[in-house]
Amino acid sequence: MAQVTLNNVKKVYAGGVEAVKGVTFDIPDGGFCVLVGPSGCGKSTLLRMVAGLETITSGEVSIGSRTVNQVEPADRDIAMVFQNYALYPHMSVYDNMAYGLRNRGTPKHEIEKRVREAAKILAIETLLERRPRQLSGGQRQRVAMGRAIVRKPQVFLFDEPLSNLDAKLRVQMRVEIKKLQRALGVTAIYVTHDQVEAMTLSDKLVVMNGGQVEQIGLPAEVYRKPASKFVATFIGSPPMNILPGAVDGPGIVALGEAIIEARDLREDLAEGAPVEIGLRPEDIEIASEGQAGSLPFDVEFIEELGATQLFHGKLGGQPFVMQAATGEVSAQEGRLWIAVDPDKVHVFDPKTGVRLGKG
Amino acid sequence: MVEDRRLGDLIAYVILTIGVLIVAFPVWLTFVASTWDASTVINGQMPLYPGPYFFENYNRILFVGTSSTTREPVIGMMFNSFVMAMAIALGKIFISVLSAYAVVYYRFPFRMAAFWIIFITLMLPVEVRIFPTFKIVSDLRMLDTYQGLAVPLIASATGTLLFRQFFMTIPDELLEASKIDGAGPFKFFKDTLLPLSITTIAALFVIQFIYGWNQYLWPLLVTTKDSMQTIVIAIKKMIVTADALTEWQLAMATAMLAMLPPVFVVIAMQRLFVKGLVETEK
Repeated sequence: MAQVTLNNVKKVYAGGVEAVKGVTFDIPDGGFCVLVGPSGCGKSTLLRMVAGLETITSGEVSIGSRTVNQVEPADRDIAMVFQNYALYPHMSVYDNMAYGLRNRGTPKHEIEKRVREAAKILAIETLLERRPRQLSGGQRQRVAMGRAIVRKPQVFLFDEPLSNLDAKLRVQMRVEIKKLQRALGVTAIYVTHDQVEAMTLSDKLVVMNGGQVEQIGLPAEVYRKPASKFVATFIGSPPMNILPGAVDGPGIVALGEAIIEARDLREDLAEGAPVEIGLRPEDIEIASEGQAGSLPFDVEFIEELGATQLFHGKLGGQPFVMQAATGEVSAQEGRLWIAVDPDKVHVFDPKTGVRLGKG
Repeated sequence: MVEDRRLGDLIAYVILTIGVLIVAFPVWLTFVASTWDASTVINGQMPLYPGPYFFENYNRILFVGTSSTTREPVIGMMFNSFVMAMAIALGKIFISVLSAYAVVYYRFPFRMAAFWIIFITLMLPVEVRIFPTFKIVSDLRMLDTYQGLAVPLIASATGTLLFRQFFMTIPDELLEASKIDGAGPFKFFKDTLLPLSITTIAALFVIQFIYGWNQYLWPLLVTTKDSMQTIVIAIKKMIVTADALTEWQLAMATAMLAMLPPVFVVIAMQRLFVKGLVETEK
């Protein structure tokens, strides 16, 4: 169990490509940190630097109280689960789990004990003599987890471990990973591009983009107060609607003809300054024509999701999506009048994408 | 569409059977000739069934030798051929698996240059560089030795290429998982790479063993002593005799014996081969 600290960590590849541009954060002992971002944002590189599979160009990574920049992966006291599991195809499940311990010179009875224990936790006791190719995707995933557990590491590293599984299994394994991490109390770093995994697993969410950290926080916080337009559109599904607007006074923005209240708007902005207004599809409420702050929404088509419906259409000429519980809005195309809770109006700088909030 | 499958099958079987007969007939004839006495073979009226001299002929050729050209018993030549073929096959596997490992997994300066230099040797088989190679071998006093027979034939790029291509299909994550599991470069090689390469090794072994066993030109050059002759050379020597009758029954028996080891190797390795092909998964 240990705290992981990253201090201004950078990665520059030969050829000058900056994959990670100075990242600083720490993960408390036993914390579950998820690095999320689009492909190529540097999240995997960052994880691999913590693992010791990539050299660190500058900055410092420490695990516990020890700086590990120059420490070999095997000596960092970490365990990693790979996207394609990376099980040794020619070894039995038992040997796959025992291999790392054998290399460390762990006594035989201790290896036996730990492997049996891990197999019991993961419900793969009956598979120990099989080869990886005889296992299903979910079972391989468990073996890969088992290989990590038996080492009793300070830190678990997960590199998109669920992306090779089908949707149903992914949800199931997601829950199991979280339970397991809680039960073992091991610090975890988890890389994913799936924002649902990111939201559900993390107690510290790190959103990355272009080699930089966009926002760090509790998942609910990141969802409620996205620090930038990028985070706003990346976290949440369907993504947040972004509409051009302008400042119309303290706490008030204009969106075309309509004037709406935005409680979190910074107060030092000049009237008429252009802004971008973000509205989450699930925050939209139905209003009536003429009601203060109501917006005209022209519905073009409706997507059925079962419990909810997605209304696609145009608002002030811009594409717009609204989500509502099935039956809440009579499903039909045409004009709807909508409104948004002033607490749920997000305003961003159109140039930098930074949130124009009260701080 | 309804096909007459039975007629199709019948035609296929007939054609295949004819093919097998064409291939097998000379082998059968060789075997039959090795079981008659010299006069029956030579007078041109040899029957197509085995004769009564099987044990006599094989006993004579294995442990005594012909009366004229080759002198030494064939068992010794088979031993020479076997040593040479094994040395070439194993030596080549050893060298090429190591060089491919270096080229694929290590980032050293001029790595690609090293690879291309190895690659270029494909254009320089023994036949092309035979004089310089002979000179080197003779300067190193390796004429009439097993080293002299095998070493120059070990050096070639085919094996390296084969292993390089195979290693490049192994996912990098396996290497990374090994690193995290505390396996150094040698342990990764021994515990992961070699077990995964078994089928490739078996394939290379079959090819190289047969290549080594069938060598004619090189052994002819570097061996002068009767005791160092290989069996392939012996067959040729037995047939071309300037001043004596060719002992065809003995030459044919030698040919039969020369065929056996490669056949055994193919049969033995075929099982591993198929097993590997079916089971391989990365």
